[in-house]
Amino acid sequence: MSTGTSTELRAPERRGFADIAPRLEPLIIPIGALLGGLLAFSVFLVLLGKSPVDFFGLVYKAGFGTAFSWQNTLSRVAPLLLTALCVALPARLGLVVIGGEGAVVLGGLAAAVVGTALSGAPTAIGIPLMMLAAMLIGGLWIGAVGALRIRRGVNETISSLLMAYIAIALLNHLVEGPFRDPASLNKPSTAPLDPALRVGDLPGMDVHWGFVAGIVACIVAWVLIERTTWGFAARIAGGNIRAAQVQGLPVGRLIICFTAAGGACAGLAGFFEVSAIHGSANGSLVSGYGYTGILIAFLARHNPLAIIPVAILLSGFEASSGLIQRRMDLPDATILVLEGIVFVAILVSETLYGRFRIFTPRAEEQP
Amino acid sequence: MNETDLGLWAVPLAMIGGAIRVSTPFLFVSLGECLTERSGRINLGLEGTLVFGAMSGYAVAYESGSAWIGVLAAALAGMLFGFFHGWVCKLPKVNDIAIGIALMLLGMGLAFFFGKPFVQPQAPDLPAISFGWWSDISQVQAALQVNVLFLIGIVLTVAMGWMFRTTRIGLIVRVVGDSTDAARSMGLNPNVVRLLATGAGGALAGVGGAYLSLYYPGSWNEGLSSGQGLMAVALVIFARWSPVNCFWAALLFGGAGALGPALQSVGISSGYYLFYAAPYVLTLGLLIATSSPNRALESAPGELSITK
Repeated sequence: MSTGTSTELRAPERRGFADIAPRLEPLIIPIGALLGGLLAFSVFLVLLGKSPVDFFGLVYKAGFGTAFSWQNTLSRVAPLLLTALCVALPARLGLVVIGGEGAVVLGGLAAAVVGTALSGAPTAIGIPLMMLAAMLIGGLWIGAVGALRIRRGVNETISSLLMAYIAIALLNHLVEGPFRDPASLNKPSTAPLDPALRVGDLPGMDVHWGFVAGIVACIVAWVLIERTTWGFAARIAGGNIRAAQVQGLPVGRLIICFTAAGGACAGLAGFFEVSAIHGSANGSLVSGYGYTGILIAFLARHNPLAIIPVAILLSGFEASSGLIQRRMDLPDATILVLEGIVFVAILVSETLYGRFRIFTPRAEEQP
Repeated sequence: MNETDLGLWAVPLAMIGGAIRVSTPFLFVSLGECLTERSGRINLGLEGTLVFGAMSGYAVAYESGSAWIGVLAAALAGMLFGFFHGWVCKLPKVNDIAIGIALMLLGMGLAFFFGKPFVQPQAPDLPAISFGWWSDISQVQAALQVNVLFLIGIVLTVAMGWMFRTTRIGLIVRVVGDSTDAARSMGLNPNVVRLLATGAGGALAGVGGAYLSLYYPGSWNEGLSSGQGLMAVALVIFARWSPVNCFWAALLFGGAGALGPALQSVGISSGYYLFYAAPYVLTLGLLIATSSPNRALESAPGELSITK
């Protein structure tokens, strides 16, 4: 089997439209579905007597209108990038893992526990160790989902979500009990991190370093999938597991590695939540990033590079939630409804692939 | 009615009562999912249906003043979700598992959106029947307060088991679930059968949600369901797609869910969160123990994507 040219992402210039049209299909259909979902949401707003123009105006203003709102958007994007990878990496092997929230929660807890133990350590030692702990726990947690799938045939979708609930219970138990800082009265938390172990902002911006880490993780994941033999093997296994097994590919090891890598990303998201935002591990870690990450990964069609713009877009929507609540008197679940509608639209659009002649080679220029 | 000191006996007693109380939503969702999966489709969105059913049931019961009208509204809302799932899944290339996840998020989003005004007001409760009249001990009486929906659930369990075993409808659902080709050659339209089975399954999940908001815990709030809908899906796999097994499994899960509150009632409160996780751990443990790496699960519907 040869690598073929279908994986080339560079669009050839100086060629006819018919040559690039097939490559536009995976770009145009999701964008169309996104617009369709936003349209359906607009109808929903109109039915409730609210103005969609106001809504999207406020989203633009709060999410993307000014340098300040861009910083607000980008400061929230790190966990979305990383949890989306936790869905996208296993998805390349055909696994639907939806419990990234569990790895975020336990990764954050691990980072806080290691950080507390290392109180007084210099930044250069403490932060890498905390990151390592978070990624290790996250990787083990989601890697276990992959291992259960291949060793016992347990459905990964159900097991990962069950494990997310178990992770949240573990967090609550440990934060209330063994790891509780006695000084945290109203909200049980671990001890506050030493300032040397807090991740700071990018120079000249209100955006913490997690943003850079998330972008780097997406690029590394893309290189892993598209430019390495491992990624190639994973794509074959994702297409047809039995064919991959017949060819002698180590499908089991691939599944464990990809689920663990995804879990490590989600664990890293937990590290940044603790070290850059909260300063300690507590119930605030359970914030639903894992679920937004599912939507982002599906919108990006599990392509790590496409995750970056999609995550920024969704982050802008989430950043505008507060302003929309105040100005339009809509409940905070409005963004959830929007995300749900877009999610359904993007999945329904899967049925459109191959339906338009314009995208098939040698087609007319009109659909 | 006297509070009698039962010592540690209070724990199993509270667990029996809790199992009956907590198991009802599991029972309804798993019966609905059992019907859907027997037709060869999996609906992972029942968690969202459950939450939306809880909200709509509560809201309608509050507005109409009748808990039963609320249950009806929840069933209708659940059916709409089910029909939508069934309709989308019949389109080619659409993944039923992913659609389930999307509908789970959408159902919860819509429930939180429309449920905001109903967090405070108090809606009428569903009636319960007291089976504990023979005892003077108040804990026994409390444990044997059985809600009417639980009894309806038992009747449904028996009826569905009978339907699959002996009726023509049951045979049609089973054939469609086992082989799309065989169903087509019998002149059946698999998409229509699955659409109806998913719609009915959604309606049952909606009723399960109404039980949550109208009886136990008996109020509407955003943290009402914590994965019961999803656990019920796992429970169907464990129950091997048999309605009667679903009933026993639901009781078992209900008992596990009641473990934390039961221990708390006798003053054991340390590790509360760990006991709270018991149903999840139990579900996962049972899935691990009863799944098989060699693909085909015993008595699984042949067309089910989750076990293929």
